[in-house]
Amino acid sequence: MLTRAEGKHLGEAIKSNVRSHCVGTTAVVYASDYLNKLTGERIERECKKQLDSGARALVIDFSDTELVNSIGISILLGIIDIAEKSGALVVFSDVNDETVQLFEMLGLTRHVVLAKDEQEAISGLATPPTQSHIIGH
Amino acid sequence: MEPNTQKLIHSFGALADLGQEIADTGDFIEMVRTSLHLLLGTLAIRRGAVVECPSHLDQTNPLALWGLGEGYEARFSVDDETKAAFLACETGAVAVHTSAAHEPSLVSFLAAHEAEYREQLIELIVPMIVRGDLTGLVLLGGKASGEPFNADDIEVIRSMVRHIGVGIHTHRLLAEVKQQAEENRRLYFDLRAIYRDTVRAFAAAIDIKDKYTQGHSDRVGKYSEIIARELGFAEEAVEGMAIAGYLHDVGKLVVERDIINAPYRIDAKQSSELNRHPGAGFEILSPINHPYADIPLSAKYHHERMDGRGYPDGLTDTQIPLGAKIVTVADSFDAMTTDRPYKKRRTFDEVVHDLRRNTGTQFDPVIVSAFCRALLKELNGETRERKFLKMLGKNYLDARKDAPLLVQLLSELDATTQSAAAGG
Ligand SMILES: [Fe+2]
Repeated sequence: MLTRAEGKHLGEAIKSNVRSHCVGTTAVVYASDYLNKLTGERIERECKKQLDSGARALVIDFSDTELVNSIGISILLGIIDIAEKSGALVVFSDVNDETVQLFEMLGLTRHVVLAKDEQEAISGLATPPTQSHIIGH
Repeated sequence: MEPNTQKLIHSFGALADLGQEIADTGDFIEMVRTSLHLLLGTLAIRRGAVVECPSHLDQTNPLALWGLGEGYEARFSVDDETKAAFLACETGAVAVHTSAAHEPSLVSFLAAHEAEYREQLIELIVPMIVRGDLTGLVLLGGKASGEPFNADDIEVIRSMVRHIGVGIHTHRLLAEVKQQAEENRRLYFDLRAIYRDTVRAFAAAIDIKDKYTQGHSDRVGKYSEIIARELGFAEEAVEGMAIAGYLHDVGKLVVERDIINAPYRIDAKQSSELNRHPGAGFEILSPINHPYADIPLSAKYHHERMDGRGYPDGLTDTQIPLGAKIVTVADSFDAMTTDRPYKKRRTFDEVVHDLRRNTGTQFDPVIVSAFCRALLKELNGETRERKFLKMLGKNYLDARKDAPLLVQLLSELDATTQSAAAGG
């Protein structure tokens, strides 16, 4: 069952074409291919919205992101920035090897935690499982 | 893969994307935003801004910002002295906290904004210099790695900033050219409107001489315009036909007023005097440099007939210019549908009858067809404006009765033109 506020957020996320959902106070946002174009700014806005409405951690999932270009790096740095400003943790999940190398080389890994997949990211974050409720499925 | 190789591939990819982005003439602000992302992402620089320095202003104008504080606008006053200092800046990039010593001319500029840079975590200012002009500035924060910028980084930044600068500069030039073109276009339309108004005023003066046919030239202009549009003429040619219609009787200015106004049928001598008006119109119109073709010829030949029995030259069918043929139909239709000194205007039945009888001998069937189609469209309510109604008055046409007459005439004309085409 969605709460009203969650339902509203979900609606806005769909409107901006960015896939996302909440597990407790963790927001999971899918990087997809939008990340590598100016449309990636929508992902940053979506993250900001989630943080403003109380998310304490962000999981950015890369399961359907094949590569990350310079625009994507810049967008991700923007996300890291707003998360740091609001004291939230950032986890990147399901990042392929080549992209991990790139993140390491550029120093992004100094600011985020890497997780094998979304599940590991969520369980790694200290969210009691009893409070979690996946929405949008 | 070697980290250095990977770094190079990443940078080259960004540079290629940047080149493409700048060559794209789409949305300017999107171009600058994308370019800023490409620049930041290449070296994983955490925040930055692109601001322009319009040459007529001494304040910067923000074009794109990323990762900076909410509401922060990156507006600085950049006076001529500061501009000169940036242009002379040797390293091509100014480290805001340490450069003061190396760039004495920028000391006051850097000091004035010191607090701002600290708050926004800005570390580097790179001037965008295009053709010796300060196009703008790029402000950059630190790298995600926490390492300081090295000489290679500065090289990459400078070359990407140059690219962005050229993009902004080109956009400005294009905008100027577009504005100039837009102004010219407006001027051209103004001129055309003025020309048309002048000609209409002139046409009214022609009609004043003929007290029974007030507004005749104006209506012939409008009917000619309608026919030309129905024939699919380009907008400029349509306007030319309106002008030709307004001016077709200009030669009447040199014909005796008494003959024009004779309240009876005129005799042979008077008739030959009246018949001078097409030639006289040509004489009047020829020396004028009209923006449209064929206006003098339309005046000269608007009393010619398809069968060669018209005047002044007795031309036949293909010898008569299309413009003149259009004016002929427009002129005759107005003559039939307005009261004359010696006879009342005809009913629409009679007009259709006359058109049918005289098409092929006096009128070109193609023109009559176009005329009938345009009128039928108005009767069927397919037109936005009811131009015929305005000219003919409210009670003249009756769609229910008159539309079938036009449909009938049109199908007959179609048959004639088709058999003519087959035979010829
Ligand atoms: Fe005439």
